[in-house]
Amino acid sequence: MKAAFGFCGFYVAKADTRLFNKASQVALVRFDDKTVMTMANDFRGDPKEFAIVIPVPTFLEREQIHVGDKALLDHLDAYSAPRLVEYFDEDPCRPRRGMLDALQSAAAPAAKPAREKSLGVTVEARYTIGEYDILILSARESQGLETWLVQNGYRIPPGASAVLGSYIKQGMRFFVARVNLEEQVRLGFQYLRPLQVAYESPKFMLPIRLGTVNADGPQELFVYALTRKGRVETTNYRTVRLPSGMDLPLYVRSKFPDFYRSMFAQQVRREDMRSVFLEYAWDTSWCDPCAADPLSRDELRQLGVFWLDEGARSQEVFLTRLHVRYDATHFPEDLSFQETADRQNFQARYVLRHPWTETKNCPAGQQYRSELARRREAEAQTLASLTGWSVDEVRRGMGIVAPEDRTWWQRLWSGD
Amino acid sequence: MRDPRPYQIAALALLLTHGLARLGFDVSPLRVVLILGAALVSQLALSRAGGLPRLDPRSALISGLSLCLLLRTDSTLVAAAGAVATIASKFLIRWRGKHVFNPTNFGLVAMMALGAPAWVSPGQWGHSAFFAFLIACLGGMVVSRAWRSDVTAAFLLSYGGLLVGRALWLGDPLSIPLHQLQSGALLLFAFFMISDPKTTPDSRAGRIAFAFLVALGAAYVQFRLFRPNGILWSLALCSAAVPLLDRLLPARRYLWAPSSSGRRPEEGAFHDAQVDLRGGLVGSGHGGEGRLRLLRLLRGQG
Repeated sequence: MKAAFGFCGFYVAKADTRLFNKASQVALVRFDDKTVMTMANDFRGDPKEFAIVIPVPTFLEREQIHVGDKALLDHLDAYSAPRLVEYFDEDPCRPRRGMLDALQSAAAPAAKPAREKSLGVTVEARYTIGEYDILILSARESQGLETWLVQNGYRIPPGASAVLGSYIKQGMRFFVARVNLEEQVRLGFQYLRPLQVAYESPKFMLPIRLGTVNADGPQELFVYALTRKGRVETTNYRTVRLPSGMDLPLYVRSKFPDFYRSMFAQQVRREDMRSVFLEYAWDTSWCDPCAADPLSRDELRQLGVFWLDEGARSQEVFLTRLHVRYDATHFPEDLSFQETADRQNFQARYVLRHPWTETKNCPAGQQYRSELARRREAEAQTLASLTGWSVDEVRRGMGIVAPEDRTWWQRLWSGD
Repeated sequence: MRDPRPYQIAALALLLTHGLARLGFDVSPLRVVLILGAALVSQLALSRAGGLPRLDPRSALISGLSLCLLLRTDSTLVAAAGAVATIASKFLIRWRGKHVFNPTNFGLVAMMALGAPAWVSPGQWGHSAFFAFLIACLGGMVVSRAWRSDVTAAFLLSYGGLLVGRALWLGDPLSIPLHQLQSGALLLFAFFMISDPKTTPDSRAGRIAFAFLVALGAAYVQFRLFRPNGILWSLALCSAAVPLLDRLLPARRYLWAPSSSGRRPEEGAFHDAQVDLRGGLVGSGHGGEGRLRLLRLLRGQG
């Protein structure tokens, strides 16, 4: 039996199902203490095993809950994903021109661990929205909540009780959702659509602690923050920019997703798994180069950008993409955010430079060829350092020989 | 006891270098030059206006370096305005000859409160234990030389107590308050900002009460209002209560080290311009008090 992951809460299966925590994506739209949160996961198990418990800051009316379109998050992902750009060298024997040719963006990343289930006390509300049955629970103490959850067929991972207790004392409610199979059949969706909740609260945070209880291994979370003023960052963890702008060997083109995964894993190691990574920061009206078209006004509205209705221009929607790999040891606290006034653009962008291959003999051409050898070695070193791949392996992939392994005659006539 | 400011300048410069080189702080070398320049020019201009015969760059450098560590903005104008506000607060916002706000704290809070496109990144330091230790040591050195470690200790104990108390009440593991305390931003605040002897109460009891108030306010901002940078807002608010604390718990006013007279200083100098005590105007805070006060008032110091 399979089932899903957990981001803010944990997805919990009925009975003894094992759950896999996979990458989760959350869009956080926020302005003026008003938040619209869209939560998606890549749950691929039997829908009747799907259940999720998420702490929320306030009680939620039926109208505050909505079922969104998965395509919205997919578009956000594609638009903000790390990207590869290609350039073609000019003929060294002729004067300049040069252009951007192609662009490739990384598919969404990695995998996650497993988990179980739980539940609680006063059912404040009960809604069926789309294919979901939703409960809003409040509780006075964790024991009661836990008992309620167990009695209602949910299983709580050991250790979750203390975390539930902490959220109860902080005045949080619990948003519990599972799939209503009849509704799902009637609606005809083959996959689970993202849940959206809208609330007003000064808390600008994501509760990740429940998701780390009893997780077997680190979890992966993407946060797309859509704000009015500028970039979003975490206040209780360091937010660092993903390395960007490097020239990489050409063969990365065919394995860009691998590159992205390895590079991200390497950066996580470098930061001792204690940082949140910034992958994209840009106002949503444009991009350069575009990994995907900017989101339309309608898509932004569906994601919850409510200030567009007040006549705001789309430049007033700033997207921050944060990527974090976390576990309870390195991320003991929930993520707290703040919106900054920073509107500087940032994207994770990697460059491929195609060499000029025609062999003409001119003095500039000879110099070009010897620089090319140096350039390719530098690209190999960069790639190895970014990803943790061995530099020999990289050189093999590129079909080049290490400078120190070259014979004296190769060095003498080093074409490339 | 020597003037602690050279140590403080060195410590802050080291932290800034580390931040720029290793932690990727969102501040460019050019911006550093701009902020330091604006702070020094403001100090010079306001000193002149106050009739101060010569420029003492040390306190302006300290405020400027602190701003470089904390103030973040995309706007050159806001960065410069922050530096000017920081220095100006020292000269203009005074109560009975003492400036009310820690200058850097005022500069930051003023920029944020006015809605300028500026922010402070409390998470920028990360939680590296080594780094926390480094700040603690450097700061400790400065503080002990400035004879104001009681404020730092009282603040850290109060704030730590509140965090641990909250965790116990919530049933949270102690790794949470520990993580909150292992913050570079918090240590920087405790060792380099709240410890400013010129803006803390005169008496030890007053200072301990002050530190507790700041800790309480910071926890309130963070856990009740759910806003970032609680320590900065709280310090600014509590600073306004210092004249009251001085009234309730009076003690001898903090004075500069009369380095040239060879007498033992009462306490070190912090975040302020040094009064030129040459010429035997004053002893260690007794003779010539009235003249000294007048002089300080005129010079925007003290």
